[in-house]
Amino acid sequence: MNIPKKWVGRGVALVTGGSAIATVVLVLVVIGIVVQGGWGHLTRDFLLGSPEQGMTKGGIFPAIFGTFLLVTLMSLAGVPVGTITAIYLNEYVGQQSKAGRAIRFAVNTLAGIPAIVFGLFGLGFFINFVGGGADKVLHGGALHWGQPNILWASLTMALLTLPVVIVSVEEAIKTVPRELREGSLALGATRLETIWKVVLPQSMTGILTGAILAISRGAGEVAPILFTGAAYFLPNLPDGLTDQFMELGYHIYIMSTQSVDVEATKPIQFATTLVLLILTFTLNFSAIFLRWHLRGRALR
Amino acid sequence: MKRRIRIGEFLIEKGIATVAFASLGAIVLIFLFVFREAMPIFAMAPESLSGGHESISATGAATVGVSASYGDPVGEPETYGDPPADTSRSGSPAAIDPAAPTTPPTPSTTGEPAGSVLSQILSGNWQPVGDHPKFGILPLVAGSIKVALIAILIAAPVGVFAALFTSTFAPRWAKEAMKPIIEIMAGIPSVVIGFFALTILASLVQTVFGLDYRLNALVGGIAMSMAVIPLIYTLSEDSLSAVPKHFTEGSLALGAPLWETNLRVVLPAAIPGIFAGVLLGLGRAIGETMIVLMATGNAALLSPSLVEPVRTVSASIGAEMAEVVFGDPHYVMLFVLGSLLFCISFALNAVAEIFIRQRLMAKFGGAS
Repeated sequence: MNIPKKWVGRGVALVTGGSAIATVVLVLVVIGIVVQGGWGHLTRDFLLGSPEQGMTKGGIFPAIFGTFLLVTLMSLAGVPVGTITAIYLNEYVGQQSKAGRAIRFAVNTLAGIPAIVFGLFGLGFFINFVGGGADKVLHGGALHWGQPNILWASLTMALLTLPVVIVSVEEAIKTVPRELREGSLALGATRLETIWKVVLPQSMTGILTGAILAISRGAGEVAPILFTGAAYFLPNLPDGLTDQFMELGYHIYIMSTQSVDVEATKPIQFATTLVLLILTFTLNFSAIFLRWHLRGRALR
Repeated sequence: MKRRIRIGEFLIEKGIATVAFASLGAIVLIFLFVFREAMPIFAMAPESLSGGHESISATGAATVGVSASYGDPVGEPETYGDPPADTSRSGSPAAIDPAAPTTPPTPSTTGEPAGSVLSQILSGNWQPVGDHPKFGILPLVAGSIKVALIAILIAAPVGVFAALFTSTFAPRWAKEAMKPIIEIMAGIPSVVIGFFALTILASLVQTVFGLDYRLNALVGGIAMSMAVIPLIYTLSEDSLSAVPKHFTEGSLALGAPLWETNLRVVLPAAIPGIFAGVLLGLGRAIGETMIVLMATGNAALLSPSLVEPVRTVSASIGAEMAEVVFGDPHYVMLFVLGSLLFCISFALNAVAEIFIRQRLMAKFGGAS
C-alpha cells in the first residue's frame, strides 16, 4: 500500500467531483427527457381540453383545474394557521420555553411523517369521523360529507404542508430588526399592535414564500389524495366542496399505470408530466427569488 | 374604552396561542386516528385474518420460528445510516433486517388470541383479496427494506461526496452552478420520478443487467435514491459549511494537503449532521409511496432476490386502500401498516433530532 499521497488526493477530488457532476447530470437528463417527450404535445387544445375516448385522446384541463382548486383551498386553510404559529413561536414564547419546544417538536415530526400516513389520517379523521359524524347529524346517515371529496383532500394537504409554511414565515420574522419592535413598543403600542402593524407587514415576503413553497409541495404530492378525493375521470368540473376532482400528479399515475393503452398515451403522459414540472419549477423559482430578496434585506 | 381594547387583545392573543398549538394537536390526532382504526386488530379472531382453519396450523407453525428470530428488540435504527454496517448487510440481502420494528405495538397481556393474530401478521403471505385472505406483512416489510437499503446505499455516498465537493473542493463558480441544480432536484415531485423510473429507467436497467422483470426492487431503489440524494446533500452541505473556518486553516497551516484536511478534519467535524441527513433520508425512502407504487412491480413476494418485483408497505396502502370496505379486516390491516410507518418515521426523526441538537451544542460549546 504505497500509493503516493498525491494520487490519493486526486482520487478523492475525482470521486467527490464525480458524485456532484453525476447528480447534476442526472437532474438535467430527467428534465431533458420529460421536456423532449412532452414539448411537442403541449398545445392549446391539450391544456384547455377534456380527456376524450376513454382518456386516450384530448386534454387535461380538468386535472389542471382540480390541482388549482386543491392548492387554493389548501392555502386558505394552511397559510393562516402556519403564519399564526410562526408568530406565536417567535413573538410570544422563547426558544427554550416548554410550549415553544413542544410546538417545534410537533412541527418537525409533522414534516417527517410519510405522505401516505397523512392520507390514512384524512380517511380516518376527516372522511370517517368528521364527515361521517356530520352526515349522521345533518343527513340522518345518508352519505354526503362522509366520502372522499376536494374539501377533505385540501385539508389533508394543508396539514402536510403546514411545516413548510411555518419554517418560511419564521425565517422572515427573524429578519425583522429588533429595534423596530422596540421602537413600536416604546411609542406605547401594545404587543399585538406591534405584531399587526410592524412585524407582519415586514414579513409579507416570507409569508408569500411560505405559501408558494407549500403550493409547490402540495401540487406535487399524490399519496395523500389517492383515497381522500382524487378521481380517475370526471365528465364535469367540481362545483362544490363535496365533489371529487382530477389532479395532475394523480393523472400521471393513472395514465402511466392503469390506462387502457399505456403505449399509445405516452405523449399525453409526458406532456402532463411536463406541465406538472413547469408548475412546480415556476413556483420554486419564485420562492427562491423572493428568499434571495429577503436575504438581501436582512444584510442591509 | 381603553380597557375594552385590552380585553379584545387578550382574547386575540389567546386565540393565537390556541392556533399555534394546532400542529401539536394535529400530531396527537394523527397518532390517535391512525392507531384507532388499526386497533380492532387486537380484538379480531385469528380466523378473520386467515381464511380456512386448515391453513392456520400450517402458517402458525411456520411463523413460530420466524417470530422468534424476529423478536429482536426494536432498536438501533441508527445503524442503518452507518456506511460500513450497510456494506456488510448488502452482502447478505436475504436477511430481512430485524432492526425494523415488524411488530405492531402489542400489549403482552392480550393472551392467546392476540398471539395467534400476531403469528398471522408475521406470516409470509400477503393475499388480502379472495375467499381466504392472508395478511402476512413480512413480504411487504422485506420489500420496503430492500428498496430503502438500495436507495440509501446509492444516495448516502453520492449525496455526502457531492456535498463535500461543493462545500470544500469546488471552485466558487462550480459551487454556485451546482448547488442550485441539486437543490432543484428536491423540487421534482415524486410522481415525476416514479414516471421517469417506469418509462425510462426500468428499460435501461433491464437492458444493462439483463433482467427477467422490468419492474423490480433495484429499479425502485435507484429511483428512490433520486428522491433521497437532495435531502442528504442539503443536510450534509449545511453541516459541512458550518464547520468553523479555523479548523481548515489550522490544518492547512500544519502542512496537510487540502484533500487530507477536507477528509480528516472537515468531514469528521460534520459527521453528526451528515448522519442525521442519512437517517432522514432513510425515513423518506421507507415512507415514500408514489415511486415504489409505480416502479417496483408491486408483487408481494418474499424472496432474497433484489431483481424481482416487490411490494412495499407504503405501496400496499396506496394501491389497496381505495378498494377496501370500511371496517373490514383488510381495512384494519392497512391502518396497522400505516401505524408501522408512523412509528418508523417518528423514531428515525427523533434520533436524527438528537444528532442535530448535539451538533448545535458542540458548535455553541466550542464558540464560548
